[in-house]
Amino acid sequence: MCLAVPARVKSISGKTAEVEIGGTIYRANILLTPQVKVGDYVLLHTGYAIGVIDEDEAEQSLKMFREIESAHEIS
Amino acid sequence: MKFLDEYRDRGIGEKLLANIRRDSHRPVSFMEFCGSHTVSIFKYGLRQLLPSHIHMLSGPGCPVCVTAAQDIDRVIALAGLSGVVTVTFGDLVRVPGTRSSLQQSRAEGSDIRIVYSALEALDIARANPEKKVVLVGIGFETTAPTIAASLLSARKEDLRNYSVFSLHKLTPPAIRAILAAGETRLDGILCPGHVSVIIGTAPYRFIVEKYGIGCAVAGFEPLDMLLAISQLVGQAEAGRPEVAQSYGRAVRPEGNLAAVAVMNQVFEIAAANWRGLGNIPASGLRLREAFTGFDAEKNFAIPLSDSCEREGCLCGAVLRGVKTPLDCDLFGKVCTPVSPVGPCMVSSEGACAAYYQYGDRHG
Repeated sequence: MCLAVPARVKSISGKTAEVEIGGTIYRANILLTPQVKVGDYVLLHTGYAIGVIDEDEAEQSLKMFREIESAHEIS
Repeated sequence: MKFLDEYRDRGIGEKLLANIRRDSHRPVSFMEFCGSHTVSIFKYGLRQLLPSHIHMLSGPGCPVCVTAAQDIDRVIALAGLSGVVTVTFGDLVRVPGTRSSLQQSRAEGSDIRIVYSALEALDIARANPEKKVVLVGIGFETTAPTIAASLLSARKEDLRNYSVFSLHKLTPPAIRAILAAGETRLDGILCPGHVSVIIGTAPYRFIVEKYGIGCAVAGFEPLDMLLAISQLVGQAEAGRPEVAQSYGRAVRPEGNLAAVAVMNQVFEIAAANWRGLGNIPASGLRLREAFTGFDAEKNFAIPLSDSCEREGCLCGAVLRGVKTPLDCDLFGKVCTPVSPVGPCMVSSEGACAAYYQYGDRHG
């Protein structure tokens, strides 16, 4: 029910955006994410963009994941 | 797909698991509030991979599951009114009420339509001006802003045949109710990712400050959840609870202020009835007076009936984390996804459905 999927914004017209998920184009209402720009990734939930993905934060988290040393490697 | 696949990396997952095994020394119980987390935990086999002394308990974060029997009966009664088109999100139609279900009402001729979005409900209202189109609003803070946005659109267009029957519920009051009841000893809470996209992380402070246990907001991919579980383990082992999070790419500390503003413009906080938790003050959303014209509860005489839970169904106790589906005598025998007795078996994110579908049928 709280499922939301990252979708890339292709174009914006008024309160509606065309977004792409895995090659398929969907329409998304962007009333809840007024700051969204073309090229951003939004979280699409029941036809509405409910948030914008912070790509810098995503990159940092992936860097942190890649730098994790495991207990095996340490011991 | 970007922002999903990277967070399913097996090698990194194994490192996180090795660190959890290294750091976790004492038995702990964590509750995953959200039904989507329950499904992810099963789907990625995390229960089998985590040390056996880390217990993950399913919580009440399944909107269909926590809708009280009485509210199900009221929706069924609403659907029976003449000229009404009842619009609902999928799973709700199959939830057994006291005497019937929406599915049964539909078979008997009621106009009940299933949608994935409130936008479709608006389309149905536009296409059927002679009918009264009522969207059954279920869901937590993730969904409530979208329903609120649909009401703003309806008001702008003067779409007077559209209304909402609000059964929306709020996450923090349910967590508080479970911790206050103290029926289950919990060492940490895995907080819902997409609810937190809207409300941010501050509303969880009370978990640390009042109840002295930690919490971690998590996304739904395996690395998101393993990182959050390792944060919970670290906090529990060190005795230093805090509000942690592993979903920074989606969750800002302050949440989505625009969405909260839309939600607050349309809804106000009210008491709500929860299956399993009962009536909790200030735990739901009702339409503000300015939206009375769009409030199904005020515009239709929806009869109240004597409602009761199905005999033997442990769904309520499962939602509180007091019982697991395997404790229920009906589970997998009388109650299956094909003929569910309670909503936790109906909803794809219900704990019973997850236990059944992913094979943990025998403990």
